[in-house]
Amino acid sequence: MADMRDFGEMDADDKGGVHDYSYEDTGAVDASPGLTPSQTVGPFFAYGLTPGPYGYAFPEIHKTDLAGADVAGERIEIIGHVFDRDGVRVHDAVIEIVQADASGTYVHAPRNDGFTGFGRCGTGAQGKDADTHFKFRTVKPGASQRGAAPFVTLIVTMRGLLNHMITRMYFPEDDLARDPVIAQVPETRRGTLVAKNAGPGRYRFDIRMQGPEETVFFDL
Amino acid sequence: MPETAFSDYKSTATRAPSLEPVKLEGGWDNSASLRPVWPDLAKRDADLTINGRVNGDPIGERIVVEGRLTDEAGRPVPGALIEIWQANAAGRYVHREEMHAAPLDPNFLGAGRCISAADGSYRFITIKPGSYPWGNHRNAWRPAHIHFSIFGAGLAQRLVTQMYFPGDPTLRYDPIFNATRDARIRNRLISRFSIEDTVPNWAHCLKFDICLAGAYGTPFEEGHDHG
Repeated sequence: MADMRDFGEMDADDKGGVHDYSYEDTGAVDASPGLTPSQTVGPFFAYGLTPGPYGYAFPEIHKTDLAGADVAGERIEIIGHVFDRDGVRVHDAVIEIVQADASGTYVHAPRNDGFTGFGRCGTGAQGKDADTHFKFRTVKPGASQRGAAPFVTLIVTMRGLLNHMITRMYFPEDDLARDPVIAQVPETRRGTLVAKNAGPGRYRFDIRMQGPEETVFFDL
Repeated sequence: MPETAFSDYKSTATRAPSLEPVKLEGGWDNSASLRPVWPDLAKRDADLTINGRVNGDPIGERIVVEGRLTDEAGRPVPGALIEIWQANAAGRYVHREEMHAAPLDPNFLGAGRCISAADGSYRFITIKPGSYPWGNHRNAWRPAHIHFSIFGAGLAQRLVTQMYFPGDPTLRYDPIFNATRDARIRNRLISRFSIEDTVPNWAHCLKFDICLAGAYGTPFEEGHDHG
């Protein structure tokens, strides 16, 4: 079953078999009322969530370009990779961005300029052996609260994650000293939240799931 | 925050963060009332038996999958974007990296989407997906499932999950389903067959109600129009 390796799940050394979890259920167990739990997005989301760039015959409804011609603000590009524990680039992650507009205002209703403040990108659009990056074209957000620095929210999910993770990207040119969220992050880890300059109007923001520079994620 | 890793689900070992998420005091920012704007969706996108049609009907058992989106207080969540994707009746995904030796169905894409109605309800028509093997361990089979992606109001109402089918014999062996460790919570993911809502002479109905967090765990403003 060599083809199974393509899922990236097979551990060659693993001769273990099936695990039966039913020992934990003593008889019929009903569901309790409450929040619906999260489950992994899995490897095969692209034709549903990001069909356009992957070439599937399903109209795209989410853009990677948030900065239409009528949208006011400084044009920027955000590019990054997602790395796993071993430094391998993740080819099946979904990255979503949510941000305020250039004046620091979030979208609450359809706008004349077409700005939605939301973008989505899969990292495997060019194939799993290509340069599996995510890339957005947008405008630099304004500060949405007094004293806070501008930032972009990123929602990160992938095969091998049970829950989506939430982080934020700050800009290297801004004063982060008084930002109320940065202040709650251990000093040694704050750097993982700050993008790097990658040329005029261009920012690199890599996401590391583990390792010495593991990206800070937040519990809302 | 629930666990992000489960050792029996192998790929969590290299991908789930090793450190606890930073718990914030004072919330995220004033995006709490964020109301994402979605484009108008084609009605046919909620009917997976027609939105991938090329020259005939897709093969398999037609089903209705419907339910309600509510918050923890039981209030409806209207205007949420619900996106689904799934394997076809033979257990094969359209995804180009999927190598399972089962046939593609030329008339079935397996992706759909809709916006929840004013009362939080949603409804899809689709084909019951098949079970399929995967490489997590020897003889690993995913139970039949439909992936759900939901974006309601605010960041706290983002949810990615999977819906399962009642009575599926493979559920008890699946490390993904069982990655939700508490059985009473896990079983919220199993849809319920409804004879009342089954459409006579046409299709079984599976009910799958979804409960989302309040926006940042706080109640919605009374009278605020989310529709």
